[in-house]
Amino acid sequence: MAAQSTLKNMLLCLTLVCLLCAAILGGVYAMTYNPIQKTNEAILKASVGAVLPEGGSISEEKTVVYDGRTYTYYEQLDGDAVKAYAVKSATAGFGGRLELMVGVLPDGTVNNTKVVSHSETPGLGAKCQTDAQFIDQFKGFGPGKVIKLRKDGGDVDAITASTITSRAYTLAVSNAVEVVKSLNKEN
Amino acid sequence: MSKWSLVTKGFVKDNPTFVLVLGMCPTLATTTSAINGLEMGLATLFVLVLSNMAISALAPLVPDKVHIPVYIVVIATFVTVLQLLMQAYVPTAYATLGLFIPLIVVNCIVLGRAEAFANKNSVVDSALDGIGIGLGFTLSLTVIGLVREILGSGSAFGFKFIPGDGMLAFVMAPGAFLVLGYLMVLFNKYLKKK
Repeated sequence: MAAQSTLKNMLLCLTLVCLLCAAILGGVYAMTYNPIQKTNEAILKASVGAVLPEGGSISEEKTVVYDGRTYTYYEQLDGDAVKAYAVKSATAGFGGRLELMVGVLPDGTVNNTKVVSHSETPGLGAKCQTDAQFIDQFKGFGPGKVIKLRKDGGDVDAITASTITSRAYTLAVSNAVEVVKSLNKEN
Repeated sequence: MSKWSLVTKGFVKDNPTFVLVLGMCPTLATTTSAINGLEMGLATLFVLVLSNMAISALAPLVPDKVHIPVYIVVIATFVTVLQLLMQAYVPTAYATLGLFIPLIVVNCIVLGRAEAFANKNSVVDSALDGIGIGLGFTLSLTVIGLVREILGSGSAFGFKFIPGDGMLAFVMAPGAFLVLGYLMVLFNKYLKKK
């Protein structure tokens, strides 16, 4: 038996339901706030740690503007000297934003790369997270080589059937290297 | 109707995917692998059970003219709760399902069960109905995901047993329609025989 649909009833009902829902949401938000922060931090730490060589301490988050875009990066310090940089670099992939963490040595050599977030096609572009052949070729990618796909005149082998994703990945790595180069010039 | 049949009717007789043909958007979009389908199904199950219970408790107090807005607010609340919980405790699943979690709000199954069942039945019956329909949905999504994963990537639940790339079309949208269509045919053929 539903209550009568008078203006007063409807107003009262909607207000109460919304208040109740807002209270529940507020509670759950407060309850999950810390775990969410912790989880996000752990994901970030893991990706920073994965792309840098071992040892040394990792600095606080820093930002730098390069080519009109703001990049977040971390310095790996060995005493006072910077041993390596981890740069968060995002480009447009096939399905949306492709975000990488790229570890770069001060001379511009790529140490390692890792996908932070992506929305590429499963089974195709999403292989950029797992395809060892593709990922490993960036390890130790020196300044002597061109960070572009082979079909674009560079030295990177693309993932089969995922040229757009590979191109976005390669561009993100290349941007990160340029960021590190510009950082070195400043210092 | 016995309590047990409230649960089991969601598997075959009122199967949300193959018989009611509801919630096609997440069905087609998230079933690229068996695991993704399973996760999406369980996420929907969570929202469905809670919203069914809340709506069956609220229904007698809600004026008829505003019942849809009230239901949507209730459903949206549970979806947001789910989103926060997933972000905190199962970040990998949250990352793969992403956009499709907030879209559970507009999943026809959830509002459909609220309208067709929860608002005229008891809280317990509505919870059972939610479990049944939710499990039916989970099962269907997992089966579609499994077939697409086997044909498209040569693996099942992430375990690769056929080397190579598989038929890539099945991982993409066209494969989703093909697999859904053929499974629907098989399912209905089986139902008719019975």
